[in-house]
This record gives sequence, C-alpha cells and structure tokens, in this order.
Amino acid sequence: MSLDELWALCLYFMMLSFLAIGGAGSVLPEMHRYVVEIHALMTSAQFAQLYSLAQVAPGPNVMYVPLIGWHVAGWIGAVSTMFAVVVPSFTLTFFIAHLHARHPKAAFGIAIRRGLTPITIGLLFASAWILLPAVNQDWRGYVLTALTVALVLRTPLNPIWLLAAGAIAGMTGMV
Amino acid sequence: MTPEAPERRVGALELFLTFTRITVSSFGGALFWSRRALVERHRWLTEHEFVEILSLAQLLPGASGVNLAVLVGYRFGGWRGAFASLTGFLAAPFVVIMTLGVLHQRYGDLPLVHAALTGMSAVAIGLLLAMAVRMGMVLQRRWLPWLFVSLAFVGVGVMRWPFVAVVGALAPFAIAASWRGRQA
Repeated sequence: MSLDELWALCLYFMMLSFLAIGGAGSVLPEMHRYVVEIHALMTSAQFAQLYSLAQVAPGPNVMYVPLIGWHVAGWIGAVSTMFAVVVPSFTLTFFIAHLHARHPKAAFGIAIRRGLTPITIGLLFASAWILLPAVNQDWRGYVLTALTVALVLRTPLNPIWLLAAGAIAGMTGMV
Repeated sequence: MTPEAPERRVGALELFLTFTRITVSSFGGALFWSRRALVERHRWLTEHEFVEILSLAQLLPGASGVNLAVLVGYRFGGWRGAFASLTGFLAAPFVVIMTLGVLHQRYGDLPLVHAALTGMSAVAIGLLLAMAVRMGMVLQRRWLPWLFVSLAFVGVGVMRWPFVAVVGALAPFAIAASWRGRQA
C-alpha cells in the first residue's frame, strides 16, 4: 500500500472516529465497506478474523482498527490508524470534559443520547449481519453463534470462557 | 460528610497505572472493571457519579471505555491526567493485539489455528449480537425507537448504503423525536 493510500485510509478513519456513536462497533459496517467492498484490501473472512482477534485480547473493541492498519500497511499502518481513530474522539471528549464541569445535566445532551441510542443498536445489528456470512460456513456455525447469544444473556459467564469454548469447538471440527 | 466523593487530585502516573490495570483485566468490555476500580477500589467516584460520567462517555463518539478514561483523567488530573489515562488505557492492549497480529500472520494458516479462529469468530459475532440485544432491552416498547433501529439496520446492514448518509438522514429525526417526547 502506498503512503497516499494509507493517508486516505487514515483520513477516512478520522472522520469515522467523530461519528462512532455508541463505540467502535457502530462504525464497523462502514470500515468493512471501505476496506473490503470498495478497496478490496482484504477478504470479508480476513476482516472477521481480525475482529475476533481483537475480541480475544484484553482492552477496548477499537483494537480491531490497528490490526486492520497493520494488515494493509505493516507497522506504520498499525500506528497511524490507531492515532487516526483515537485522536479525533479524544479531542472532542477532552473539550466536552471541560464544558461538562459547567453544565452537567443539559437537557439537550440527554435528548441527543436518547435519540441516537436506537440508531446505535441498529448499527450493531448491521455489524453482526455483515460479519455472519463471512464467519460461518454452514448451520453449525450459526448454532454456535446463537448459543453464545443465549449464554451471554442468561448467565454471568465471562466472555473469555465462551471464546475459549469456541476455539475448542473449532479445533475439534464441530464448526 | 456529603455523599459526594471529596474532590481530589490524582497524579498522572497513578492514573496511568490504574487505567492500565483496568484495561488488561477487561476481557469483553471495560465497563465492569472500570466501575470496580474507580468506585469500589479507589473510591474516586461515588456510584452515582460513575453512572453520570459513564452516560456522558457513551454519548460521545468513540469507544466508551476510552472516553471514560479521558473524562476521569481530566477530572482528577487536568489535561495531563487525561493524557495519562488515555495512554494507560490503550498502550498495553496495543502491544498485546500487535503480538497476536504477528502470531496470526505467521501461524494463522496452520489448519488447527485456522479452525480455532473459525470457532472463536462464531462466538465473537455472538458477543456482538448479545450486546445489541441487551442494549435493545432498555429501549421503550414503542414503535418509534424500533423504527429507527430497523431503518439503521436495513440501510447500513442489508442495503449496504454508506454509514454517513444513513446516520446523517436518520439522526436529526431521531433526536427531534426524543426531544419532543422528553416529558413523556
């Protein structure tokens, strides 16, 4: 990947950083569109694998972004996409922290948050919808995904055990 | 004594170390561990203050754990504290994830590793779906919020329209609806 292309990718991620309402998961469909569908920098299955690697590691979900950067442009890609995705929202949060000291309970802020929540939820469903066919080759994969949803919602299990169980299910050829 | 935690200053190094500790223990979401460290262990924030600062962190764009670190850091240590907390929150995971990335590139094509990753990916999508369902459970059971959920899902997920266009078109209506309904 040339430096120009990397610069374009970073600019794009910077813009998404401002728009990542409800966390890094909500811009996942757009990152997928840019990286897989428009620029064909990796396959959908590779994208899904990098996302799952970030789930296995400790820390925030946003860590799938430097992995994408690293995959397309090596170390410089990892570092620059990390900065691209963190710096804009950090700057905004920093200024809001400043303002928050003065107007902690502005009604308009509450209206914005309540209004955007349904859109965030729709975007999370969209992320899952886009990744599902890339990840699961047949019905057994879908069963494992459905089982995970049920366990997360009904038990207090730490997700790391579910990921470990998924790895075992994969290695023993169950999915 | 007031119920509010006393205002105090915390050094940049302590903020850095606290958020490093939070982030390295946070598998599958940092919020659980943040609450435990900030409210129960260090008692920098009361339960109520934590919820308030968390909802602000979720309102702002970007990962809510990252925003929370910046807000808490700024409050107890000014701009240096904000920077120390952010760095603490991201540095260790960055090193871990890059190590995993290098291992993945080298060994990801081995059949056994590939099989393990396939299984883990199926689970990872399940975790994502469960988070969406859990967030959906707090929505009111009225048709309007669910209309926005469906439109965002169909526009971005099924039709694959650009995120900016879909969110840009929906957000003003969604915010207006919640502004009008705020007394209800």
